[in-house]
Amino acid sequence: MTMRTPLGKVRGLGSAKSGAEHWLLERVIALANLPLSLFLVIFILMHLGATRAEIIDNMRNPIVAGLLAMSLIAILWHMKLGMRAIIEDYVHGEAAKLTLLVLNSAYTAILGVAAIYAILKMSFGS
Amino acid sequence: MTEIKPTARPLSPHLQIYRPMLTMMMSILHRVTGAALYFGVILLVWWLSAAALSDSHFNLAQSFFGHWFGMIVLFGFTWTLIHHTLGGIRHLIWDTGRGFNPVTIEWMARANLAGSIVLTVLLWIAAYKVMA
Repeated sequence: MTMRTPLGKVRGLGSAKSGAEHWLLERVIALANLPLSLFLVIFILMHLGATRAEIIDNMRNPIVAGLLAMSLIAILWHMKLGMRAIIEDYVHGEAAKLTLLVLNSAYTAILGVAAIYAILKMSFGS
Repeated sequence: MTEIKPTARPLSPHLQIYRPMLTMMMSILHRVTGAALYFGVILLVWWLSAAALSDSHFNLAQSFFGHWFGMIVLFGFTWTLIHHTLGGIRHLIWDTGRGFNPVTIEWMARANLAGSIVLTVLLWIAAYKVMA
């Protein structure tokens, strides 16, 4: 048991030196989401009622497959950062917070791998 | 020691007694729509995976999205995405230090809400034109 106050314990340690970078990353990813999600919406709009063969045929274009992969990565990255902010705001128990942060990483990573695998499989021909 | 007398000072406003304001509700809605999209993206990854896997997987996904229930979900998804996107643009404007004027804040909140509804309807009209 220490007699030091919480303020006394952290005083003089300085910041973690990564706050500004994290803040900037959130904004840059959010900005990237604007054109990329617009592309995604147009892609879906243009493939309404399309057959599977037509979708796969358009996916052979590396620009289409590349933009689609980039949009999924940007969206999932933004989701991961956003959910992290929500968890850190509302979950104060250390164990529960860490568990949810790991689940957040796992969830977005699994969706990302599934999406990229599907895009590449279609682009390289299935 | 001096006696501490209870004074009728105003206390800091608490959530339950706070008069709901548009900007406050829009702030909450931005977070709620973000959280909803977080789970809604499963539908997008499902659609992409089904298209990559096989005809039967793809047909199953398409039959869900073509069903009235799937269409309601997709309509909600569209509005949620557009509302969160417009809200995100507002936040990016604020991040540059602009738009904190009380009049501008109120105007932007209204534009966000109205814009999300108008754009959702326009997108669905475009979708029906593509399908026809």
